[in-house]
Amino acid sequence: MNVLDVVGLSKHYPIRSGLLHREVGRVRAVDGVDLHIARGETLALVGESGCGKTTVARCILRALTPTAGEILFSAEDGRTIDLAPLSRRALRPLRRHIQMIFQDPYASLNPRMMVGDIIAEPLTVNGVGSAERHARVTALLDLVGLPAVARTRFPHAFSGGQRQRIGIARALALNPRLVVADEPVSALDVSVQAQIVNLLLFVAHDLGVVRHVADRVAVMYLGRIVELAPVTDLYGEPRHPYTAALLGAAPKADPELRDAVAVPMGEIADPTRPPTGCAFHPRCPFAVDVCRVERPDLRAVADGHWSACHRADELTLAGVT
Amino acid sequence: MRPILMVEPVLSVRDLAVTFHQDQGNVRALEAVSLDLFPGRVLGVVGESGCGKSVTARAILRILDRNGAITAGSVLLDPGTPGELNLSALPAESARMRGVRGKRIGLIFQEPMASLSMQYTVGNQIIEAIRQHRDPGKAAARAQAIRLLGEAGIPRPETRIDVYPFQLSGGLRQRVGIAMALAGDPDILIADEPTTALDVTTQAQILALLRRLQRDKQIALMLITHDMGVIAQMADEVAVMYLGRVVEFAPVRRLFAAPAHPYTRALLRSVPNMRATPRQRLATIGGAVPQPNARPAGCPFHPRCPDVIPGRCAVETPAPVPHGREGAACFHAAVTA
Repeated sequence: MNVLDVVGLSKHYPIRSGLLHREVGRVRAVDGVDLHIARGETLALVGESGCGKTTVARCILRALTPTAGEILFSAEDGRTIDLAPLSRRALRPLRRHIQMIFQDPYASLNPRMMVGDIIAEPLTVNGVGSAERHARVTALLDLVGLPAVARTRFPHAFSGGQRQRIGIARALALNPRLVVADEPVSALDVSVQAQIVNLLLFVAHDLGVVRHVADRVAVMYLGRIVELAPVTDLYGEPRHPYTAALLGAAPKADPELRDAVAVPMGEIADPTRPPTGCAFHPRCPFAVDVCRVERPDLRAVADGHWSACHRADELTLAGVT
Repeated sequence: MRPILMVEPVLSVRDLAVTFHQDQGNVRALEAVSLDLFPGRVLGVVGESGCGKSVTARAILRILDRNGAITAGSVLLDPGTPGELNLSALPAESARMRGVRGKRIGLIFQEPMASLSMQYTVGNQIIEAIRQHRDPGKAAARAQAIRLLGEAGIPRPETRIDVYPFQLSGGLRQRVGIAMALAGDPDILIADEPTTALDVTTQAQILALLRRLQRDKQIALMLITHDMGVIAQMADEVAVMYLGRVVEFAPVRRLFAAPAHPYTRALLRSVPNMRATPRQRLATIGGAVPQPNARPAGCPFHPRCPDVIPGRCAVETPAPVPHGREGAACFHAAVTA
């Protein structure tokens, strides 16, 4: 049973130009993304700047309205609701079930509120009584590893990592069914604990920390998913050259492996002028004629392992096993 | 006791102390920091935010914020030579100090936009930097700027020279930042988190570029980072900093194979492991870096240290690592070599 099924999600932005402000093109920030998150699962969405990962997250949270596609959310009562077309008003009762952990713990906490009130705010808004609220805040502080005295202190008294824990405690206050975390790197030890955050979409810009938190990983490039696999398979046997490039480019924390770092070529393509065929082909060391012409679809290459590469079956790519 | 290298350093920081004056009182940002930069070598400086690694760089270049001052120690350029110059004794705005910045010591920032103006083209800014140091004339400076941009790996430098910084990607902007830093042909480079703002594929490209330029020109590179992966990939020697002190100094292989300071060990344990088993918990360093105005007595790391010696570490401060030697400022670790 999936908590979330994203089907054919697209978010396009018009490029306007000229006197009449006519639409002259479209930036396909997200272009036909399919994802599902099962109960108790953490899915990581990984890619470099401009790949569309944050746009996907913002569409799921309905901070953005998708251009196309469905966002099927399984509610507590067993109903499946498509979030994509809902109005703000219709979304309101669902908001408590889908929570966000922000990338920047400084910007997301009100500096004038005590930590206890910050964590209790969603409870208050949803009409939880004061005695229950107090008990819940105590439990949440304990859960994320903050001392009980934190309740009466202000955010500025805490380090970045501790502030992120405050944000996590607030996100978990209402027992959400889905938590979307945008690179919450400094409180990883908390998010890694499966008993705390069980339903997670984890958005990250590289593969380093993802290995520790995710069950499955989706790699995005220029608005599309190029590879999706269980974490061990993706790192051990990548089936898309871009995933292999990300793994190879990551600095290895071992001076003996200095020469093992592979420097990828080229730059991320301009999303307003995406390359023809496979968007990765200008940077791909394995590109052949078909890659320049035909866009590869995401297809199953092994059990639970998907790749959008024409040559996924013939290439042997280096992983990190 | 032998020095690590037989070559003479080109820059020696000795017992450097920096204090910032704030409303809440004085904050000691650096205490007795000693470092050496050698031609053709990369010194990695690593630590969490607030450890003083950027303050060290800014103190060397004498570009500390107005409320910061060097209170002790020295920064010796060309130490032991007849031309030895103590930068910490020069007025920050003196002509000699301005001559050192750019011409002897180049600086690469985390965010290259910090060193680039939005209102001028890339070329104008590099040409100006070149002409500031030794003016070869306008046409020659332009040719040199194109050559620098090409050296920094910018494709089609002869057309890119006329674009504005905001028209470039983050990776290209950092390449321009590197070209700017090289405009005065310095023999020392300080790179402060040069790849922190970049994507992983771009980071690999920029690090490879820095490594190549540093080797080709035999530059003494001080590379400041919080990332142990970058250290492993780039550094020859490493200084680990914590709360304004160098707590461990070692050649890079020794540091990773046998870290001597509990803080270094904690830093290494907290690096994400690409070979981790699924959901393997990532170790973190317990507690948080203390506020700089609430520096713990004794060893500054003792409140977070798993190996703390009761009755000692909270009272006594371990001696700093003697400059030029490898070792750790910890009662558990004897200074070696």
